[in-house]
Amino acid sequence: MAITGGTVAIGDGSAPVERGTVVIANGRIVAAGRGVAVPAGAQVIDATGKWVAAGIVSAMSDLSLIDADGVSESNDVGARNSPYKASIDVSVAVNPAGVKVANERLGGVTRAIVSPSAGGSIFAGQGAVIDLGADADAVTRPRAFQYVELGEDGGRLAGGSRPAAYALLRDSLAQAQDYRRSPAAFDGRSGDALLKRADAQALLRVLDGTVPLLVHVQRASDIRIVLGLRRDYPRVRLVLVGANEGWLVAPEIAAAGVPVIADALADLPIAFESLAATESNVGRLRAAGVRVGLMGGGTQSGDHVLRQFAGNLVAITRIPGATGLEWGQAFAAITSGPAAAIGMDGEIGSLRPGRRADVVLWDGDPLELSSAAEAVWIDGRPQPMDSRQKQLRDRYLVPVEGALPKAYERR
Amino acid sequence: MARAMLALTIVAVPLAGCAGKRERPQPAAAKAPPVPYARDPYPSTYRAYPGVPTLVRNVTVFDGEGVRIDDGSVLFADGKVVAVGRALDAPAGAQVIDGQGKYLTPGIVDIHSHLGDYPSPGVQAHSDGNEATAAVTADVWAEHSVWPQDPGFGRALANGGVTTLQILPGSANLMGGRSVVVKNVYARTMQAMKFPGAPYGLKMACGENPKRVYGTRNQKPSTRMGNVAVDRQTWARAAAYKRKWDKYEKEGGDPPERDIAMDTLRGVLAGEILVQNHCYRADEMAIVLDMAREFGYKVTAFHHAVEAYKIADLLKANGTCAAVWADWYGFKMESFDGIGENLAILDRAGACAFIHSDDANGIQRLNQEVAKVMASARHAGMPVTPEHAWTWLSIGPAKALGIDRVTGSLRPGKMADVVLWNGDPFSVYTRPEKVWVDGALLYDANDPRRRPVSDFELGQPGMGDVK
Repeated sequence: MAITGGTVAIGDGSAPVERGTVVIANGRIVAAGRGVAVPAGAQVIDATGKWVAAGIVSAMSDLSLIDADGVSESNDVGARNSPYKASIDVSVAVNPAGVKVANERLGGVTRAIVSPSAGGSIFAGQGAVIDLGADADAVTRPRAFQYVELGEDGGRLAGGSRPAAYALLRDSLAQAQDYRRSPAAFDGRSGDALLKRADAQALLRVLDGTVPLLVHVQRASDIRIVLGLRRDYPRVRLVLVGANEGWLVAPEIAAAGVPVIADALADLPIAFESLAATESNVGRLRAAGVRVGLMGGGTQSGDHVLRQFAGNLVAITRIPGATGLEWGQAFAAITSGPAAAIGMDGEIGSLRPGRRADVVLWDGDPLELSSAAEAVWIDGRPQPMDSRQKQLRDRYLVPVEGALPKAYERR
Repeated sequence: MARAMLALTIVAVPLAGCAGKRERPQPAAAKAPPVPYARDPYPSTYRAYPGVPTLVRNVTVFDGEGVRIDDGSVLFADGKVVAVGRALDAPAGAQVIDGQGKYLTPGIVDIHSHLGDYPSPGVQAHSDGNEATAAVTADVWAEHSVWPQDPGFGRALANGGVTTLQILPGSANLMGGRSVVVKNVYARTMQAMKFPGAPYGLKMACGENPKRVYGTRNQKPSTRMGNVAVDRQTWARAAAYKRKWDKYEKEGGDPPERDIAMDTLRGVLAGEILVQNHCYRADEMAIVLDMAREFGYKVTAFHHAVEAYKIADLLKANGTCAAVWADWYGFKMESFDGIGENLAILDRAGACAFIHSDDANGIQRLNQEVAKVMASARHAGMPVTPEHAWTWLSIGPAKALGIDRVTGSLRPGKMADVVLWNGDPFSVYTRPEKVWVDGALLYDANDPRRRPVSDFELGQPGMGDVK
């Protein structure tokens, strides 16, 4: 299949190219850009006047784990009372039929990095990467990362202070090593055990660098402490989540080669750990050489607002004193950026050759508020452009009832 | 209606002075003359900051009442809009701004905010928005919680072009107390932010919040029917209170006992205080409208009104507005049916509807929220012009606050609450360049000195940054 004639946004940080072509075969991207030849016999889709872009990757999302956030029965994100912590694996809760999945797919979101939230411990557990396709096979990668809460929230979860949280973190990692050295001697099953065997196993994957460790912190001093973890555990693949004050320590983050998943528009001192929060955070991090992805998951608008967030980072390039992103960088921050943070940009997040063919055809600039998705492909498969929201809309476009109650309108 | 209410708040106090003018001595048995209680005991001390006569010309104008003027000019002086038109002459000494490629609009009015009551930093010591100690706390006034140093005010001004906002109590309670309307100008005191002459609102809430807050304490209400039962009992009491006080204020005699909560409800029944009702579901809004009719009050606006699109006809028939988000949905059961076309469907059906934030971050981008509604509407075959869409950001909420006579649009004589945008304000790439409140330039993207730093931010990391 070849999509031709549209403005192509690859998602790797490059600027969009006009009148480009995207070629897809066997669910993967073959080529994308200017001067790409259409293979003989390919199905050709004309995208003239439109945009063809990498699908959005939503980071720190709760998609497929929740039906309605406030309805605890429907919410599998946190587990305050579980004895298990680091071993919690959200992939078993993924529900591809959740209505939000289809709603957000229509908003151009094709993949999500779904994460547990910390309920009863600083260790939230293991997150997964999913696709938003209309099929039963949603989990792209289970147990893709471990998520840990430090900073103010971590201190609260650990019993009341940051030092308690670091004590818990370091002791848990030490215990995981004990478990590796001598599984038989490791307690891990008694009621007194601070770390269950399954939790220790999950943390060994972190210590070995098999999966990245995503650490949620905001304050500059907390970021420095987290970066220092690697002195003792050099193979840990750190990722900072949040990092509202990241710009204050941007050179150190860059030197450590640690990616950041940031909240683009956090500009309020919502906590004492975020006093220096600014919309310029992401731009300044990027300028210092840090790879950045945006998180939007869990917003009340839904994950589709990520493109609005990215657009705002372009907007502030026009404000004196602010640091934003060029368009290509901004788009990468919601596509390949989050994918790269968890080490998956070779697989998802852009239209570079070999990646999974997650492609969205937009009727305009995908970062612009007036644009809408006209077609979505996930793994090269065309997706239905329907959702429960759309059906509600159609049912109530004319609010008054007809000859029968609204309940008889099958849309 | 708004005009009448502004007048009432002004005449209420001088009435007390008439009592001494009786000419004939009263018989010993005569009733004591009535002494009304003060309707405005914490009065506004807001004063406009100085501005210079300013002409913005060669600019695209959305006047806030549905009119677009290309290559337009707007002149304001002495805090007021003087003229709006195509080509205006600059008076001597006026500052002239070329608006080529830019847009000029009225300042944004947010009818639903908790800035000041739930300020940043959001620590427990600052949690002043819900007096969640009883299901009915009509006695509390949000203004007595407002922290004028909330950094959120400055962000709403600089990033959002918000010049007026209503600060409401939270939704833990059925009757959460009085709201306050403020001008978005930093001050040392709440009173110095208070919008002169704006009527009070009563925050009410239906649905899941009150029943959850009290239900989990095994108190009434724990159900939706409990919500309505407590409301009705309270309105019945309020009606009796009003009868007593009306009689006393007419005839004098022994004054009835004061009840601060009932003062507020009496004000609602008298039409002096506007009901701002947190309510999501269509069926519940319908019940509340019946309840309002039962007790003789009016619901000025339903806030959050996620399902308003299902009852646009009912809202229109009752003259009740819907204040809504663009695309929030799914965060609780009663928001499960949220759709991006809500506001557009209401508007097309002729119901009163507009945008609101309820969010310290969202208040910084209400123009973008409306842009999302416009996109949803266009794709559903209901295109909306940008000049009409701006009514959802200024005159619509101003009407529902009872202040549309003085702000909410660029009409001569109104407060010069004005935003100059550095591009199309419905584009994601646009931000405010300048914001004037009552003609005073209080934000200028090009001038770091015209960027507020609240007391809390002073001397802290990131002070004075662009944010």
